[in-house]
Amino acid sequence: MHLYNLTLQPPSAVTQAIVGNFSGARQQEIIVSHGTRLELLRPDVQTGKLSTVIASDVFGSIRSLAAFRLTGSTKDYAIVGSDSGRIVILDYDPKTSSFVKLHQETFGKSGARRIVPGQYLATDPKGRSVMISATEKAKLVYILNRDAAANLTISSPLEAHKNSAIIHHIVGLDVGFENPLYAALEVDYTESDQDPTGEAFNNAEKMLTYYELDLGLNHVVRKWSEPTDPRANLLVQVPGGQIASSDRFDGPSGVLVCCEDHIIYRHMDRQQHRVPIPRRQHPLEDPGRGIIIVSAVMHKMKGAFFFLLQSEDGDLYKVTIEHEEDEVRALKIKYFDTVPVASSLCILKSGFLFVASEFGNHYLYQFQKLGDDDNEPEFSSTSYPSFGMANSSSPLPHAHFRPRGLDNLALADELESLDPILDSKVMNLLPNSDTPQIFTACGRGARSSFRMLRHGLDVEESVSSELPGIPNAVWTTKRREDDPFDSYIILSFVNGTLVLSIGETIEEVQDTGFLSSAPTLAVQQIGADALLQVHPQGIRHVLADHRVNEWRVPQGKTIVTATTNKRQVVVALSSAELVYFELDLDGQLNEYQDRKAMGSTVLALSVAEVPEGRQRTPYLAVGCEDQTVRIISLDPESTLEIISLQALTAPPSAICIADMLDASINKTQPTMFVNIGLQNGVLLRTVLDPVNGQLTDTRTRFLGTRPVRLIRVTIQKNPAILALSSRSWLNYTHQNLMHFTPLIFENLDYAWSFSAELSPEGLIGIAGSVLRIFQVPKLGMKLKQDAIPLSYTPRKFISHPTNRYFYLIEGDHRVAGEPGVEKRLQELRQAGKSIDEEMLELPAEVFGRPKAPAGTWASAIRIIDPVEAKTVAMIPLDNNEAAFSLAVVSFSAREGELHLVVGTAADTLVSPRSCKSGYLRTYKFTDDGAGLELLHKTETDDVPLAVLGFQGRLAAGVGKALRIYDIGKKKLLRKVENKAFATAIISLTTQGSRIIVGDMQESVHFAVYKPPENRLLVFADDSSPRWISAVTMVDYNTVAASDRFGNVFVNRLDPKVSDQVDDDPTGAGILHEKGQLMGAPHKTKLLCHFHVGDLVTSIHKVSLVAGGREVLLYTGLHGTVGILVPFVSKEDVDFISTLEQHMRTEQGSLVGRDHLSWRGYYTPVKAVVDGDLCETYARLPGSKQSAIAGELDRTVGEVLKKLEQLRVGASGF
Amino acid sequence: MSSELRYTANTQLEHLHARYTGTGHADLTKYDWVTHQHRDTLSSIVGHPTLTSYLAIADGESIGRVRFEMTERMLQPCGPPPRKDED
Repeated sequence: MHLYNLTLQPPSAVTQAIVGNFSGARQQEIIVSHGTRLELLRPDVQTGKLSTVIASDVFGSIRSLAAFRLTGSTKDYAIVGSDSGRIVILDYDPKTSSFVKLHQETFGKSGARRIVPGQYLATDPKGRSVMISATEKAKLVYILNRDAAANLTISSPLEAHKNSAIIHHIVGLDVGFENPLYAALEVDYTESDQDPTGEAFNNAEKMLTYYELDLGLNHVVRKWSEPTDPRANLLVQVPGGQIASSDRFDGPSGVLVCCEDHIIYRHMDRQQHRVPIPRRQHPLEDPGRGIIIVSAVMHKMKGAFFFLLQSEDGDLYKVTIEHEEDEVRALKIKYFDTVPVASSLCILKSGFLFVASEFGNHYLYQFQKLGDDDNEPEFSSTSYPSFGMANSSSPLPHAHFRPRGLDNLALADELESLDPILDSKVMNLLPNSDTPQIFTACGRGARSSFRMLRHGLDVEESVSSELPGIPNAVWTTKRREDDPFDSYIILSFVNGTLVLSIGETIEEVQDTGFLSSAPTLAVQQIGADALLQVHPQGIRHVLADHRVNEWRVPQGKTIVTATTNKRQVVVALSSAELVYFELDLDGQLNEYQDRKAMGSTVLALSVAEVPEGRQRTPYLAVGCEDQTVRIISLDPESTLEIISLQALTAPPSAICIADMLDASINKTQPTMFVNIGLQNGVLLRTVLDPVNGQLTDTRTRFLGTRPVRLIRVTIQKNPAILALSSRSWLNYTHQNLMHFTPLIFENLDYAWSFSAELSPEGLIGIAGSVLRIFQVPKLGMKLKQDAIPLSYTPRKFISHPTNRYFYLIEGDHRVAGEPGVEKRLQELRQAGKSIDEEMLELPAEVFGRPKAPAGTWASAIRIIDPVEAKTVAMIPLDNNEAAFSLAVVSFSAREGELHLVVGTAADTLVSPRSCKSGYLRTYKFTDDGAGLELLHKTETDDVPLAVLGFQGRLAAGVGKALRIYDIGKKKLLRKVENKAFATAIISLTTQGSRIIVGDMQESVHFAVYKPPENRLLVFADDSSPRWISAVTMVDYNTVAASDRFGNVFVNRLDPKVSDQVDDDPTGAGILHEKGQLMGAPHKTKLLCHFHVGDLVTSIHKVSLVAGGREVLLYTGLHGTVGILVPFVSKEDVDFISTLEQHMRTEQGSLVGRDHLSWRGYYTPVKAVVDGDLCETYARLPGSKQSAIAGELDRTVGEVLKKLEQLRVGASGF
Repeated sequence: MSSELRYTANTQLEHLHARYTGTGHADLTKYDWVTHQHRDTLSSIVGHPTLTSYLAIADGESIGRVRFEMTERMLQPCGPPPRKDED
């Protein structure tokens, strides 16, 4: 087996975000790291929308990001700390729209190691140096400068190591133009490692240490080191330094040390200031629980600065410092607003706040005010003795605030994110859909959602109106060439034409000069101010003064099809003749003296738009009934001569020539594509050579079951093609690459561009007798998401074999369920406490739920109707029970009646994994599956993490034991058990009498049930330990599984062993076989291995295209959806592997990670080709493309075609 | 092994140990070994964004909290060292 890995939806989690002027323009941009991918986002200041400029895979794991700017420069660079053991400086080049690696300095081994820097990055605010640090000991400082040619230079590293010090955070201090200073939060473990009494550990001090880079001596010294709060976790830079022009200080310099419950201002030889972190005034708030700051941002404005700090509950605090010169007078903190918990906060100068959520969608907010004059209580260090430092080891009294809805911020935009995907299913549940949908359980806590993903572009409909009859075509047209918007909508019916004018309302008009008594074949705004209508009997040229020049068809003939552009008109007559017209300089339409006989009925015609500054386009494409397409010259030298010919597999139904930019073919200029739609629903796309008119590089795609119609439209000012069949597709250019995506919209019969004041970039279409005006808002999107909100973190879900419902279990640790909350409130009320009801009614999806101690759970079973996109029923679990697994089981003891079995546990602790008691809840389906009725609960001794219907009974993985239960009257009855598993069973799959058991730490085991002796025996396992996260059976002997570290692999059992086990009726043979490597007697063989880079949470074997091959689809925790496609032939394997090899040398990773070692992070990559790397071939410069193609003995087009075939054939994407 | 060789080998080894924290040697105690392992694991969790997310979801805490607690735990992941026998 050889697999090809392709990412369909790249990870959408944001691990870090930085802001800066990366393109060097005046506008600020945001670079976000998706863990393994960098994306540049550009906020539109006017509309407040974020758009992606570029996104590229880095083939490495990004651990830290920092922006910096050389003094006096206007452009920011990005520094990346990764697991490559290298520091990389990236520059965004707006010309090529790509990240360019300016510097790459190696300092250590690859991998996210303890003492290899890469975890933390800190830059000097004046852009003179950067510090990169590991989690322990190692810190390196690089000096950044520019050379004579103003290029960025980087020095060799200077060490600032401190042995046996654990580093919590580092930050660059703002000291103006004095020597760069860095602060680090460190703990030394030497003493606690030596002291058996544990006293040294208890007294271990967390040190705030300053490292000074002496630019004169070119070395780093430890300048100052003082103990600070032992629970400090984060440092924030405080502005400082003097402005050169005046002697004023920008700020006091120093750092904010964010600790549990406190914020401390700290600087060398200065008074400390400490304020408490205000807590929510919530009746259920646990006063003993500490609060830490998880993300922070500092913002400098003219002459002022402030900080926004975010607590782990999502509350933003505004922190301000009152200072006189460089002396701090007061540190103040107040509640600002509540937004989702962020991994990074970015403030833009244009007044926006970007919140990169740690889980779920990301948000862009606009500042409405800065919380200056509101009634929020403010806490100042001056109101505490010695500025809060009187007794620095004991906490300050709690400060409180009342959380409320957004006041200072207003939502501007939202970026959809699937992160985290916890489970998924791939099924085709929608009516009239020929491709399956991906259902995912996403999100965390109260912001969780159940999402349906469909391949296609989202469409926004603005108008839908019923027409008197069924039109067969629609056009829109301007009146004059320089009109900004369209003036008329022309509808063609079987026996007439209707013209509507677009104004405040859309209404019928008569006096346009168009013939209304005949159907229309084409409409064109021609010349400067004339209109043209082609109808079966002739051509009407309507001049600006409403005079009409009419060209009539010779007697006995009609026009069958026509094509037009601004200067040229070609019509095909029923006698298989072509008539060519061209506009002369006086605005007269002149017929070319000869007519061209084609010899076969013409079915379709197309000319491209007239290129800018030219008289005409030189080529005409003619599709004839004899299954050919001919390219005919329109050049005055050789008018109507046939240049080239292409044979087809079916008669053509439409042709469309369009000049579109596709960087994989030509980086600078649009390529002329001839799109040919066939009557059997296939689309051919060929490239027309502009010099000799030959057709090359044909690609095919199946669009649907109806004959294809092609329409040239304009999308975001670029030409695009709408292809209509039984589905509507849009072919467009996005980020310089060609995309071909279906529209998620009703089937259209005909469509055209539509531009009016309210919808400048719209499309107009007809579906039956309904006229629809719509837009495609988000180009580049591949999967459309429809979400249903959930209450708690989803864990697993399953489908029902006969009805369409999904059954989903959800649960949250450290959250009290509704029964628990009620009980606690009762207690409080009885104790005579007054309860702030308003706080209890705060929406949980914004504010989260109050944190409860470990071991508290809120959990529920939910029934979802995915087609209607709604929750049908929700069954909350009481007694602090949480659901961990579920299965639909048909018990043969009850005549195969279906039951839902849910594995739950009460008072569960995550680490170490334990519970008071586990339960198997057996439910009966009521109301055709829309309800559940609890039959009974069966106690178990451990948490049942996996359950499965098995041969009319229930197989359950309860801790280390695999058991089979049968249904009883009051309980499930245990029939057989195997307790030989290593850690805990987390997944079960079955085929026949075989059960595949996934162990939490010890990979996949093959077990078999032997009914005659009632034995459950493990006969094969894996030779390497793996922390399994998802398993699926590829066939009877093969499993595909993933582990916690981001690997996917395929294991196969020797078929001989398989037969031998199946032929043994009692299992006595296996029982007496000798174990191998302290495990089962047989071992599976590793077939494929690949490091995805995201933690794979589910794998399915599915077919994504109608009639297509089966592929392995996986979902990743960070929101990845990818597929593994099996290769069909040895030639493909050889070809693509060689291409991958070349790509590895040509396309170095952006973070400097070696591609082969990244994909073989833990185990060498085996029999899997990285399709994401291969697909970057399209972005390579032309010379490199042809060099690689030459090595492969192919043309560039053939390589690109092969890559497209692999993608389209397997996924349809 | 000649005494000279042993001498150079030892200094090299010491140098390596000073330079590469976590490198083992023949006289490593079980405690040191397991502490090193835990510190390596904890820093690896902190260094891999997917693992911190995974733990944060399982435990119902924020990623920032998980990262902080993991780094805190690196100070003494396996409890205090065993008492040395006084012989």
